[in-house]
Amino acid sequence: MAFLTLEKLTKKFGTHLAVDGLSLEVEKGEFIALLGPSGCGKTTTLQMIAGFVDPTAGAIRLEGRDLLAIKPAKRGLGIVFQSYALFPHMTVAENVAFGLEMQGVVAAERTKRVAETLDLVGLGAFAVRFPRQMSGGQQQRVALARALVIRPSILLLDEPLSNLDAKLREEMQIELRQIQRTVSTTTILVTHDQAEAMALSDRIVVMNQGRAEQIGPPHEAYERPATPFVANFLGKTNLVNGTTVRPEKISFGTSGLAGKVRTRIFQGNHWLYQVDTDGGLVTVIRQNTGEAMPTEGAAVHLVWQSSPPPSSGEVPAGRRGS
Amino acid sequence: MSKNGPLALAYHTLFVAFMLAPILVVCWVAFTPEGFLSFPTDNWSLRWFYAIARYPEFVSAFWRSLWLGALSSAIAVGVSVPAALAIARYRFPGREAMTALFMSPLMIPHIVLGIAFLRFFTQIGIGGTFVGLVLAHIVIVLPFALRLTLASAIGLDRAIEHAAVSLGASEWVVLRRITLPLVLPGLASGWALAFINSFDEVTMTVFIAAPGTETLPVRMFLYIQDNIDPLVTSVSACVIAITVAALVVMDRAYGLEKLLVGRGVDGR
Amino acid sequence: MRLAPYLLSLPALLLFAGVVVVPLVMTVLLSFHDWGQYKGIEPVFILKNWQEVLTDSYFHEMFARTFRIAFFVTLLAAVFGAPEAYILNRMKSPWRGLFLLVILGPLLISVVARTLGWALLFGGNSGLVNKALMSAGLISAPLPFMFTETGMVVALAHVLMPYMVLSVWAALQRLDPQIENAAVALGAGPFTVLRRIVLPQVMPGILSGAIIVFALAASAFATPAIIGGRRLKVASTLAYDEFLNTLNWPLGAAVAVLLLLALVAIVIGASRLVERRYAQVFG
Repeated sequence: MAFLTLEKLTKKFGTHLAVDGLSLEVEKGEFIALLGPSGCGKTTTLQMIAGFVDPTAGAIRLEGRDLLAIKPAKRGLGIVFQSYALFPHMTVAENVAFGLEMQGVVAAERTKRVAETLDLVGLGAFAVRFPRQMSGGQQQRVALARALVIRPSILLLDEPLSNLDAKLREEMQIELRQIQRTVSTTTILVTHDQAEAMALSDRIVVMNQGRAEQIGPPHEAYERPATPFVANFLGKTNLVNGTTVRPEKISFGTSGLAGKVRTRIFQGNHWLYQVDTDGGLVTVIRQNTGEAMPTEGAAVHLVWQSSPPPSSGEVPAGRRGS
Repeated sequence: MSKNGPLALAYHTLFVAFMLAPILVVCWVAFTPEGFLSFPTDNWSLRWFYAIARYPEFVSAFWRSLWLGALSSAIAVGVSVPAALAIARYRFPGREAMTALFMSPLMIPHIVLGIAFLRFFTQIGIGGTFVGLVLAHIVIVLPFALRLTLASAIGLDRAIEHAAVSLGASEWVVLRRITLPLVLPGLASGWALAFINSFDEVTMTVFIAAPGTETLPVRMFLYIQDNIDPLVTSVSACVIAITVAALVVMDRAYGLEKLLVGRGVDGR
Repeated sequence: MRLAPYLLSLPALLLFAGVVVVPLVMTVLLSFHDWGQYKGIEPVFILKNWQEVLTDSYFHEMFARTFRIAFFVTLLAAVFGAPEAYILNRMKSPWRGLFLLVILGPLLISVVARTLGWALLFGGNSGLVNKALMSAGLISAPLPFMFTETGMVVALAHVLMPYMVLSVWAALQRLDPQIENAAVALGAGPFTVLRRIVLPQVMPGILSGAIIVFALAASAFATPAIIGGRRLKVASTLAYDEFLNTLNWPLGAAVAVLLLLALVAIVIGASRLVERRYAQVFG
């Protein structure tokens, strides 16, 4: 039996269906990402697991127990909020100790575990600071430490990295993944950033309008998107003669689909091309290897390997018609 | 997500009752048909509202308060606009001290201001005159006018004015066609808040008003000092009705919360 | 260009120099002048008024009463206003705006009209407040409210309550709503959330509201004058009497200047304390 089970989870706000019969099974220790655009129902799903929103229908089971019957304060889940939601009037150590205090952990044990957890997130030297005196990245780590120190059965991450700048976000992704591996806590990440979801998770749930469009490992969803929505959301795609092709899978050759380069943009480690062909405008991404590349206006031929068919079990009916 | 429990709602009901009780009681008593203070239950009468017309000092005090409020608020806004632009757009020595000076009538008890104005106006020979009242009211309502004009001056995106200049507008055209229309809502609400504060002011005005230049709150206060009868309740009911109407209009136009949050000591 | 801000502020500066600074200086000077029943005000420099105000037990008692009333008004406003602001903040959209208007609106209604309401409610033994308290079984005999400090405290607490609600409300607005959720997720019950998470964060709001309410209560005039009548004096009503009844302006000026100085000292001192206490946390 799965560790965490969502069964036909549904949430209606008035007439608006925020989450529409979502079912999901999460294994112990797994890192799952709920991915989708804003308003797709991913945050509502997280809040239903946390207990801040009551589902209209459906069930949530944790190790077979009905999680919905347990009050939010008693669920023992670790949550990292988008705004971090640190207690501004408490020091870092007091913030991290709060959950242990609520569990009635004795002072000596508390001090030890707070120190351990702060070391885990690399903030051992910052225990007596107030949140306001720390950078965004450091506050993020405090929020993570506060969630992890109570040894939660599940770690819920609500857009945890969205308030950080691009460079810091990448560093934190690597660190978050390492920490999750170390403590091996089952983790559910909510994000709208497909790169983040693919970088961090074992499986991603691509959500759209309250439904799961595809559930699977990142590379599988990327290579074999179940729906056009998934294909588009996970990266740039070309629709050429009825098949979808990722731009980085196309290369320039001596024969193949003939076309003319309309624009060429240099993006450091790669070139981005737009090529006019009989099949429409095609986007091509080529690695920057230092070789000479076709210039704007040049006549080119495009070649690619047709992608393998999507795995059968995850294809919703009617996909081929789109 | 978080809801108020029944206990909280019961507390809330009592609190609102406490806040409204004295105001409702005044309006209730105003409708008494009796010649003395009583709570009308089955007989209601407008006799005390008609009676106001027979007391010219209330009627003239009302008109005086209206003019005083309108005039002093308009002048306060007029003086505030350039000062607000200076404070919002320039960093200059004495900027903080100047802002503190303009806001000081909120900090100084109105009783002290009343005494100071009484002494000063008597010395320069305008004691008990309407001119004195206007001067004093400009000073006490200026912080309200300044705060709202300052807020709209700070909120003004200078790039919009630069855009107008780049399109060939002269300074005067920019001011008339761009800047003023953009700050106008702030000026209007600043004037309204200043007006209400002037219209209600009693502590300071009671010192500088003489018989013949009494404002409505001063007349009401002096009347109550002598005796409380149904006439003063009907006058109060009218004042309450006017203020509530103004409040609702201002709330719709600007949002009462925005108008009031940050409002400091006003010395009443 | 360097003169521009000064030129722009010139009208306001001239007005304030002429109509605020000069009169205040004149009032301070006035408090050092002499006065006699028949000779009137004599522009000399003496310390008689200040000696009288600072040493006479009548003035001690009156200032003690003024600040005692201000203290209890502040206490009532904080104890009852802060929870109401919290409840208000948890209300849903149309109700929230409506009740905010109902609670803050009285701030703009004439203080004379509001105090008249309390005078009617208190109104001797037959007042509605006593009837309500007696029918609720809280008291057995009517309490005196008119011409008492109790009455002044209740009426002033009502008059100044909106300032406290406003101040706490503003502090609550700055709160991250997810913080309460964070505490709940870590296992805190509703009472713990209130005591350990919400209260410490709105404390600066309560304290700054308290400073405003205290300053306004200590210098309030119309409400103490109507509820206290001619018998029960506070600093502001005493100054009023000296000016408009006894006509001893120098003594009245000394009372008023002393009230101003005491309030400025208390307000600045308290604000400093609050700022220092919370500078590190809230910056």
